[in-house]
Amino acid sequence: MFENLSLIALQNYWWFIISVLGASLVFLLFVQGGQTMIYRLGKTETERKMIVNSLGRKWELTFSTLVVFGGAFFASFPLFYSTSFGGAYWVWMIILFVFIIQAVSYEYRTKAHNFLGKKTYETFLFINGFVATIFLGAAVATFFTGSAFSVDKMNLVDLYSGKMPIISSWEKSTYGLEALWDTNQMAFLTNISLGLAVFFLSSLMANMYFINNIDDETLYKRNLVCLKRNTGAFLLFFVFFVVRILMIDGYAVNQETHEVFLQANKYLHNFIDMPFVLIIFLVGVLLVLFGIFKTLFKASKNGIWYSGLGVFLTVLALFFIAGYNNTAYYPSSFDLQSSLTIRNSSSSHYTLTAMSYVSLMVPFVITYIWIVWKAMDKKKITADEVENDSHMY
Amino acid sequence: MEHIDFSLVDWSRAQFALTALYHWIFVPLTLGLSFIIAIMETFYVKTGNPEWKRITKYWMSIFGINFAIGVATGIILEFEFGTNWSNYSWFVGDIFGAPLAIEGIMAFFMESTFIAVMFFGWNKVSKKFHLLSSWLVAIGSNLSALWILVANAWMQHPVGTTFNPDTARNEMTDFWSVLFSPVAINKFLHTITSGYVLASIFVIGLSAWYILKKREILFAKRSITIAATFGLIASLYLAFTGDGSAKAVAKYQPMKLAAMEGLYHGSENAPLIAIGVLENVENSKEEDFVVDLPIPGGLSFLAFGDWNAYVPGIHELVHGDSLHGIISYKEKINIGKKSIDALAAYTKAKKTGNTDEAQKQLKIFKENYKYFGFGYYFGHDPHELIPPVKLSFYAFHIMVGLGTYFILFFALILFFTVKNKIQDKKFILRLAVWTIPLAYLAQEAGWIVAEVGRQPWVIQDLMPTIAAVSKIDSSNVIITFFLFLAVFTALLIAEIKIMLQQIKKGPEEKLIENSSKK
Ligand code: HDD
Ligand code: HEM
Ligand code: HEM
Repeated sequence: MFENLSLIALQNYWWFIISVLGASLVFLLFVQGGQTMIYRLGKTETERKMIVNSLGRKWELTFSTLVVFGGAFFASFPLFYSTSFGGAYWVWMIILFVFIIQAVSYEYRTKAHNFLGKKTYETFLFINGFVATIFLGAAVATFFTGSAFSVDKMNLVDLYSGKMPIISSWEKSTYGLEALWDTNQMAFLTNISLGLAVFFLSSLMANMYFINNIDDETLYKRNLVCLKRNTGAFLLFFVFFVVRILMIDGYAVNQETHEVFLQANKYLHNFIDMPFVLIIFLVGVLLVLFGIFKTLFKASKNGIWYSGLGVFLTVLALFFIAGYNNTAYYPSSFDLQSSLTIRNSSSSHYTLTAMSYVSLMVPFVITYIWIVWKAMDKKKITADEVENDSHMY
Repeated sequence: MEHIDFSLVDWSRAQFALTALYHWIFVPLTLGLSFIIAIMETFYVKTGNPEWKRITKYWMSIFGINFAIGVATGIILEFEFGTNWSNYSWFVGDIFGAPLAIEGIMAFFMESTFIAVMFFGWNKVSKKFHLLSSWLVAIGSNLSALWILVANAWMQHPVGTTFNPDTARNEMTDFWSVLFSPVAINKFLHTITSGYVLASIFVIGLSAWYILKKREILFAKRSITIAATFGLIASLYLAFTGDGSAKAVAKYQPMKLAAMEGLYHGSENAPLIAIGVLENVENSKEEDFVVDLPIPGGLSFLAFGDWNAYVPGIHELVHGDSLHGIISYKEKINIGKKSIDALAAYTKAKKTGNTDEAQKQLKIFKENYKYFGFGYYFGHDPHELIPPVKLSFYAFHIMVGLGTYFILFFALILFFTVKNKIQDKKFILRLAVWTIPLAYLAQEAGWIVAEVGRQPWVIQDLMPTIAAVSKIDSSNVIITFFLFLAVFTALLIAEIKIMLQQIKKGPEEKLIENSSKK
């Protein structure tokens, strides 16, 4: 089946899979958003317990999605993996650190003799929620704004010039952190604004998740108040980001010569050239707003599902305009021709084919995740449950 | 190659070793305990006896504490291939990325989804569905081991791939031969069984402690029965697969074998050193035994199943041995260099449109590709390509020695349990408690053999470690190394303290029939 597809078709298919994983990940980041509001929402120990246990049944899913996103990127576009991870070293390392401290916190937080104390684990959860969302958002923003690196495959066979035989080099000694604070370039504002947009988005999604998942009147009211504020902040940064990327020069690829060049309003062009992507984007944004509207004004408890689907579609569209339509998805501002495209950074035809067969398992995986989610959440979390069950976080 | 930043390479290795060794503290218990729990819960569902449920729940709480930190230490490894081994990730991403991605899709989602049911689902789903979830967690964790070990085995013995000179990287040509490579199969079987052995020892040791404290006797004896049976079978199989691993090493990585055995000079009817102490020979790169207990012909037999087979030593491998058709490292370095140079010339010729020249160079490149990686050692002393002998030797002998001891240990425990005398054997019970750290020691030793013994290669004969790193200033790696050390150590202390507390607390109160507690 897949072996008959051309390399180009397979590359497109794998950019699609990466986009789906990325979009799922952003949706599932509501776990991170929720972690930053444990004390803002929970005023009593029981309330905090409900919040932590509600998130505690989902955090592994977000975590595994991040791992699979990384693994799939490695398998399908290894040059991105080696260039970005090995170059923007500190950005990725910081993201990893905050996931390490998250992974133990649920299990260890309330255990006796946990060495670091309950407060420390709660701080870990807060840091994870705050830093992971902002850094992941900013890292994805560099797909549009570019980074300073160069790639030269000839280094591998150069035994004489005194260079290291390493093909990817990062040009800034801050190894990625410049994306967040290099004030010489407007780009850093764009990066930060997407970071903050993702942070507030995951927080507002968390509000709707709690409303859906926890059966408690006081928490419900506080969530509504929080949801309003988070929505306001999210819209501010998101609109800024979208306007910016529609205005900036983008990194386009000449279809014949494979040369990369700067094109004015490239991402606006991408939306116009691919109208279905524009539609996905607009439907996504509307669905996000619709879910919030239903929650705030129609007392609905299912807003998460509308907004969740909306987030998924919006992020999907952003990945599409970053990679499709002859665009360099990981542009180099240092050396245009080093920019990574889905054509020049992918695995071989054989590997992409083999991996495509594996990707057929994804619907199956989603199905069992869905079944288990439904079965476990049939009964909403209540104060009574978290106080009386034996295995609780 | 003066331009190689050795401090960068060494710190990157140290960082990878540190994170991998930490990860491996927790993984084997996950691999084994998940099955032991699933077996216990099966007994519960079959018999309906609440005591089995209590036992299951107790070991599950231990499992949870260990699992959390296993996950925390695992994520870092996956991304470290990119952050610290950037060149490697490009050179082999085509083959290596695939198992990692499959692992995520097949195994990690399965684990993380069903683990939620396992812990929180007791009152939410049916008994059968709960039992199924526990089995799926066990299967999921063992599947994750499969894929990562396939990836590791490929580094030890690269198969199913060809080098594409146009993209300057290895590309997969046969998925099935990567998956079913003899090295991969052995590695997988040996490694998961080592997890079963560790988990069995863990369960027996803890239960023995309860008996010594005169608590929970019934609970402890039932746990021991399951674990000792499981452990005895696993440990026999472990020795068998270990022998298989040694044969694979002999065939594909003779230098590793020589280092494992401290064999400087090869021979026919080579002896196996059962116990030995190595010491530097004055003014030489060699070491010799000050004390040793050789088994004549043992190594020949272990490696090739023939008491008289010829086993090459470090000396022959480095300097060559025409009698046995072994090429010297000097020659291999020259061949590798030819291949690298031809690749450079090929690329240049292609750029300028000189097809004839390109074809000619391509041919030279292909003919010499077998020793491509050696080329990076052009101008170096070939002795630099010898792995650390002492470390490999001791690690191997510790592992094998303990492996033999574990078989006897399980047999002894099972014997006294069946005779219902285990509660009276204070000495054996204490021994069981003290065997727990030994199981961890054997685990770490095993990986040291596998990974240190293959130096200086990340991919056997094709890519040396020095050409695999990311190009970053080594100070960054030094900082992250110490950050990892600090964070992991803090978390390890937390894990141990919580675990000890959980053990002291023991299983939940007995479920008294028709009590008011729900
Ligand atoms: C409880 C732990 C344990 C025990 C008792 C043993 N092993 Fe082991 N061994 C491992 C745990 C382990 C491991 C940690 O799982 C390794 C590391 C890499 C691998 O593939 O498995 C390993 C690797 C390993 C290797 C290196 C494979 C390679 O480099 O690819 C060999 C040759 C053996 N083992 C042989 C043995 C023999 C002959 C044993 C005798 C009983 C033995 N092991 C017991
Ligand atoms: C979890 C079990 C593992 C442990 C305890 C372990 C241990 C080690 C050790 C001690 C080193 C340092 C060797 C040296 O520099 O002298 C090392 C290096 C390395 N290992 Fe492993 N390893 C494990 C699993 C793996 C697996 C499964 C892979 C690949 C899939 C792998 C890939 C590497 C790489 C790329 C390096 C760095 C390069 C090098 O130094 O050779 N390791 N490991
Ligand atoms: C050096 C290579 C390795 C990498 C990149 C790696 C990666 C990971 C990652 C990312 C996780 C977290 C998974 C989650 O999201 O739930 C994890 C956990 C796990 N890994 Fe590793 N791992 C390595 C070595 C190994 C080896 C050699 C084994 C087994 C033979 C293994 C077995 C497991 C298991 C069973 C888990 C599940 C939970 C636990 O650790 O307790 N890993 N690993």
